[in-house]
Amino acid sequence: MTFSDVFKTLDRSEIEETLYKKDTNDVKSAIAKTKLTYDDFLALISPAAEAHIDEMAKRANSIVKRRFGNVINLYAPLYVSNECTNSCVYCGFNVNNKIKRVSLTIDEALKEADILYNHGIRDILLVSGEAPKTVTIPYLKELTQRLHRKFASIALEIYPLSADDYRQIARAGCDGLTIYQESYDGELYEKVHLKGRKRDFFYRLETPDRGGAAGLRRLGIGILMGLSDWRTDCAFLAKHAAYLTKKYWRSKISVSFPRLRPAFGGFEPLCDVTDANLVQVITALRIYLNDIGIVLSTREKPALRDSLVPLGITQMSAGSKTTPGGYVTDTNSCEQFAVEDTRSPADVCRMLSRLGYDPVFKDWDAGFIR
Amino acid sequence: MTAKQQSDDNIIINGREFSSRLFVGTGKFSSVQSMVGAIKASGAEIVTVALRRVDIDNPVDDIISALGGLDILILPNTSGARNADEAVRLARLARAAGCEPWIKLEVTPDPNYLLPDPIETLKAAKILVKDGFTVMPYINADPILAKRLQDAGVHTVMPLGSPIGSNQGLRTKDSIRIIIEQAEVPVVVDAGLGAASHAAQAMELGADAVLVNTAIAVSKNPAMMAHSFMLGTIAGREAFLAGIPSKRETAEASSPLTGFLRE
Repeated sequence: MTFSDVFKTLDRSEIEETLYKKDTNDVKSAIAKTKLTYDDFLALISPAAEAHIDEMAKRANSIVKRRFGNVINLYAPLYVSNECTNSCVYCGFNVNNKIKRVSLTIDEALKEADILYNHGIRDILLVSGEAPKTVTIPYLKELTQRLHRKFASIALEIYPLSADDYRQIARAGCDGLTIYQESYDGELYEKVHLKGRKRDFFYRLETPDRGGAAGLRRLGIGILMGLSDWRTDCAFLAKHAAYLTKKYWRSKISVSFPRLRPAFGGFEPLCDVTDANLVQVITALRIYLNDIGIVLSTREKPALRDSLVPLGITQMSAGSKTTPGGYVTDTNSCEQFAVEDTRSPADVCRMLSRLGYDPVFKDWDAGFIR
Repeated sequence: MTAKQQSDDNIIINGREFSSRLFVGTGKFSSVQSMVGAIKASGAEIVTVALRRVDIDNPVDDIISALGGLDILILPNTSGARNADEAVRLARLARAAGCEPWIKLEVTPDPNYLLPDPIETLKAAKILVKDGFTVMPYINADPILAKRLQDAGVHTVMPLGSPIGSNQGLRTKDSIRIIIEQAEVPVVVDAGLGAASHAAQAMELGADAVLVNTAIAVSKNPAMMAHSFMLGTIAGREAFLAGIPSKRETAEASSPLTGFLRE
């Protein structure tokens, strides 16, 4: 069984209707519980919960403190290629966009990694578009093996692979996988993914299953807020995270839900997501799934990122460049999306210390993997 | 030897004496300074460090260098290991990097509740004992597992009071009581102790020591909380040594009602 089987039993319009009907009493009752049901979670992401955001924040803060302590894990993405055969209307790497396409050689990627290493980064996320001909399995294996000597943790955020491919890369030293479904709204998904392998909704949906089956230790999933109705997409995201937590019980599950940012191609978000909405999602997920990792991206503005830290966040990227070669050349041209928080890892550390958090660069050890 | 260590109620682990019966962890603190302040206030002489959090080869790693200046035993732990192989590998890497061959063995395949895997823990313990390590396994409060580990030659057993970080206190009291009764090595109650009174309770039961981390690290004043745990641990120990009067269902007058018979 995979999440596709679970997904097919869910009725999107029914979930949407349920959550939009929740009232203040449902929200109060959910906040008061120590162990919430899925139905309680729907109350927390409902419009009715907007009036209870402060109580939710307090509750989320106390849970994340107890479960994770006063620490935030820091990581950085390393974009190895912006080549892509997909046409996702919201993404700068869209195959139809006339941008300079760059794929890093192993040596170029290692140079990028050296810069991150010198900034203290030990947890690295390899990112690419759908470029199976250039970002090949042998390439990923070799790069992982060579990075493994210096970095405590290496994860992938690239195109979906088979379980066998994940196993091979895991043996080379990779311990994590991040894959965004972008939206769980099947109809919308077809409308915004116009070309390429990514059009296969279910193959993508089952990617964390394949990673889990391959024994990857960290599985990250996510949505882009601003594509479909964000409340309903969050309801699916939580369902997916809860499913993965139960099924792949040896893996740590994390979620991300960045708001869409402007990218090359001039795409405008399809629906508005306010700062308060973002707070509602973070706190609701934290209260429902106490142990889930919640990742905050550099797509948000520095001041907002600082304020969001105590509400349930466990991981942040810092000093991100979202273009291949961006660390060496110190540019963000041909980027996947616009980075709002351009602070260096050192600046982010200073901010975290000021807020009473210990920035953690290493929370894993290469020694775990042969 | 310091004055403290000369007292006659030291805990002895694999031939080494420690005067403090409170061990502390180093995770979840808001800063290295806050961690060091708490360790000092706790009086702990055994401080456990997650190998996955430190750069063991790097002498300027902030946690290792901060602990380096304290008069403590740094007890590396294998937290994050999902099976025996990983735990053994990590322990050996720590020793190769210059750590003393003492290891707090944690095999916790579930990353959320961090409950110990009894099968893999026993397997790893056997290997590490043979390998010359002082092995201190973190276990569920399972008296038979505790016996099996002692048969394998471990140097303490560390049963949990309740799940790590839960602050629920001694939920496993009845099983811990059996473990203590049957123990041939020191019993250290590890995990779940959320207040000094929990530490006192464990020590009153006859535990040889307690290990505390989350309750100290996430409190508003970690140093003060650490000190309170030190006091709780001492109070519980002294009560245990003094002999706690047994509980009764009914009141018993301090002056017996039948005193007149002896007049």
